[in-house]
Amino acid sequence: MATVAEDRLFGKSIKRREDPRFITGRGQYVDDVKLPGMTYAAFVRSPHPHAVIKGIDASAARQVPGVIAVYTGEDVKVGGLPCGWMLPDIKVPPRPALASGKVRYVGEPVAIVVAESVYAAKDGAEAVRVDYQPLKATVNPKSAHDKGAPKLFDDIPDNQCFYWTIGDKAATEAAFKSAATVVRQPLVNQRLIPNAMEPRACVASFSPAMGDLTLWVTSQNPHVHRLLMAAFILGIPETKMRVIAPDVGGGFGSKIFVYNEEVVACWASKTLGRPVKWTAERRESFMNDAHGRDHVTEAEMAFDRDGKITGLRVKTHAALGAYLSTFAPLIPSFLYGPLLSGVYKIPVIFCEVWGMLTTTAPVDAYRGAGRPEATYLVERLMDRAADQLGVDPTELRRRNFIPKFTDGTPYQTPVAFAYDSGDYEPALRRALQMAGYDALRKEQELGRKQGRLIGIGVTTYIEACGPAPSAVAGSLGAGAGLWESGQVRVHPTGAVSVYTGSHSHGQGHETTFAQLVADELGIPMEQIDIVHGDTAQIPFGMGTYGSRSACVGGSAIFRSLEKVKEKGRKIAAHLLEAGEQDLVFEKGAWSVKGAPGKSKAWGEVALMAYLAHNIPQGMEPGLEATSFYDPTNFTFPFGAHVAVVEIDPDTGHVKILRYVAVDDVGRVINPMIVDGMVHGGIAQGVGQALWEHGIYGEDGQLVTGSMMDYALPKADQLPMYETDRTVTPSPVNPLGVKGAGETGTIASTPTIVNAVIDALSGQGVTHLDMPLTAEKVWKAAAASRK
Amino acid sequence: MKLPVKMTINGQTTSHEVEPRLLLVHYIRENVGLTGTHVGCDTSQCGACTILMNGQAVKACNLFAVQADGASIQTIEGLAKNGELHPIQQGFWEKHGLQCGFCTPGMIMAACQLLERYPTPTEEQIRHQLEGNLCRCTGYHNIVKAIQWAAETMAAKK
Repeated sequence: MATVAEDRLFGKSIKRREDPRFITGRGQYVDDVKLPGMTYAAFVRSPHPHAVIKGIDASAARQVPGVIAVYTGEDVKVGGLPCGWMLPDIKVPPRPALASGKVRYVGEPVAIVVAESVYAAKDGAEAVRVDYQPLKATVNPKSAHDKGAPKLFDDIPDNQCFYWTIGDKAATEAAFKSAATVVRQPLVNQRLIPNAMEPRACVASFSPAMGDLTLWVTSQNPHVHRLLMAAFILGIPETKMRVIAPDVGGGFGSKIFVYNEEVVACWASKTLGRPVKWTAERRESFMNDAHGRDHVTEAEMAFDRDGKITGLRVKTHAALGAYLSTFAPLIPSFLYGPLLSGVYKIPVIFCEVWGMLTTTAPVDAYRGAGRPEATYLVERLMDRAADQLGVDPTELRRRNFIPKFTDGTPYQTPVAFAYDSGDYEPALRRALQMAGYDALRKEQELGRKQGRLIGIGVTTYIEACGPAPSAVAGSLGAGAGLWESGQVRVHPTGAVSVYTGSHSHGQGHETTFAQLVADELGIPMEQIDIVHGDTAQIPFGMGTYGSRSACVGGSAIFRSLEKVKEKGRKIAAHLLEAGEQDLVFEKGAWSVKGAPGKSKAWGEVALMAYLAHNIPQGMEPGLEATSFYDPTNFTFPFGAHVAVVEIDPDTGHVKILRYVAVDDVGRVINPMIVDGMVHGGIAQGVGQALWEHGIYGEDGQLVTGSMMDYALPKADQLPMYETDRTVTPSPVNPLGVKGAGETGTIASTPTIVNAVIDALSGQGVTHLDMPLTAEKVWKAAAASRK
Repeated sequence: MKLPVKMTINGQTTSHEVEPRLLLVHYIRENVGLTGTHVGCDTSQCGACTILMNGQAVKACNLFAVQADGASIQTIEGLAKNGELHPIQQGFWEKHGLQCGFCTPGMIMAACQLLERYPTPTEEQIRHQLEGNLCRCTGYHNIVKAIQWAAETMAAKK
């Protein structure tokens, strides 16, 4: 029988319940799945960025010992990979599961080899001969637009997939005409390669006996995988497909999407009647996982005589890659333009985006997804403006903050978003206080006299989490609703299983969601099981991305908890022969007000719900509830980050001396987990600022195709982070939570760049494009010495 | 051609006939069935496959199984004794030194050698010694804290 929990757990740093299996090596990731009769797949990939396939000869591969089958695009009869977000007048190129006729990026899968072992499959893949006629590459989103640039698809002129705008063009032009000061800055937001530590993997197992297909896949959203694959690609009933996303080793966006390999593995399993496993080598992850960012932008901000912003104008060429990944068009449009108001009162904004096809891996959501690009732009402009206007960057930000609005009245920006609540100055004040800003400026000044290059960078940012009201998403082009499901099943003992459509790939839902349940039902966490990642167990759900698990997924669970409590109250009132209104529910029991001896514990009520010997007349037995929670708005976390860096003038090496982050993510369920996400987010953002860059050469080859060439942040390059929070509860959801998964990444990139440019400001440097490698910084500093 | 290999893994003797090119990490995962040791890259940068071989932290993707013939291997599965977590495992739990958990076994095994070399490590020593292990989730902050916690706990136990 369920026992009683002691304290409220919301807000407590409970140690994670999922950790024991991970720290003992007993996590169950996709590559750990082993089935009888398993076969192993390897893919033949294009070595060319752009070429006509003239012929494929697999005869030698078929002779390799252990090879079972080789299939090419001609053999694999499945639908193309769909794109799940449409924009007005968008041109959607077909995306075959295996290349057909042409290849359009290095690493594009051309054939699959299935064998008795991984080693045999790779031997087989090496033996497949493909005859290519190479064509010219085009890798830069701006130059892909030029007349004469190589065309990826005959029927898509100028490689332009879409042209999208937001805001008021005429009003913005007028604002610039009457501006006292205009700040202009071309910016490159470079291509990033996500690199979750677990490479993507899948195991497809078709049962010839039952006609069922089970797919274990590294997915952030198993139901989305099932729907897209069953309905659009494989053409089988959803009821015949089960998708399991077990322990998943990080995603950062890259595991949202449906990829070629799992589609082909499913088809091969069905064709062969045996399970097929594929696990990416890291080099394959570099080539074929969806990349992030890759914007080339011109941005201008207009100011009046008082240093108040009067307008913002943005033109961005965004790379989409060779094909449209699952949500590719969304990222540089509705997750980018609407963020351009930042935390500032900007009367008019106009933003134009050209979505461009390039002979590169597809580009889609990567941690932050559009918001980091917008925030970087706004925050770099603010620093450029402060410099140009001769104002302290913190003062310029304060001057332009949207005034506090926490009374439930949203703030309407000129770019569609209505912020739910905000109080921006206290976060900045706290961050500056923690950093000791005034003292830092003095230290910087003193250091300069001694030849030291110390820089202080500040960012105040906005973030939009918890996508999204489904009707709004639909009107903007979504091919899906963006609600979340949460099912609460109370067992006869009072123990509870929760089935959530959210998926944890590091976020710790098994802990945080259990904290919510324990509080609401007054039972200990040991009696609560959080089930996620299996379409056979869980009602349809939308998964985890956009920092939506707590605010959308958590709210769905909360609604179901209310429903089971409501039914429990009726049963308790019946058993206690009291009016429902006279009952109080505390510490896992209903008692009659004023008669504390008369009570029924949660477990007793649960048992009676299933015995059904004595429940109100007409009531159905059982105790469970399902909710589909559709948010009424995004939530809008915000905060202020401060970094202090020092540049070694001899080498250009940037050392981070301090990093302070003050975030407002609303109410916090588990501070330890939120701090951890902030830390990791900061590290990823710092990675973009200083080291990471997915580079395609002009010849279309991926120059940064391994961890030897692509610089992921390491332990000895990063500092300890100093974190704090202000708490402005979100009025959007019943929990008052906002979202914390991406704030660090959004804020830290401009914070670090602002700090480095600040360090170089004495050398006359006003901007450098990322990443700010030692070489680039040294060259900039050296140029000024000439 | 296959060659015989025999080694001790977590105190148990295993022997198999393997291809000479079989990587040690694949031997441990596929032949022996211990899947706690992970593969995160193909260029020996990430350290997810770190194990102890004859007491030395090594990357199991960087050795052939036949090179480990006769060796004594310890993997993450062999670290807890009699159901009691090793202080480093406990430290990762206490200090939230993991999120997705994929790099964690390699991090913990690398930390074993780290604390043997530096029983009372400075933050700088910890960060330097972890240079061969990548984590994409934690930003390393809580991994450093976890190892500091383990160092203090192990020192107090002595």
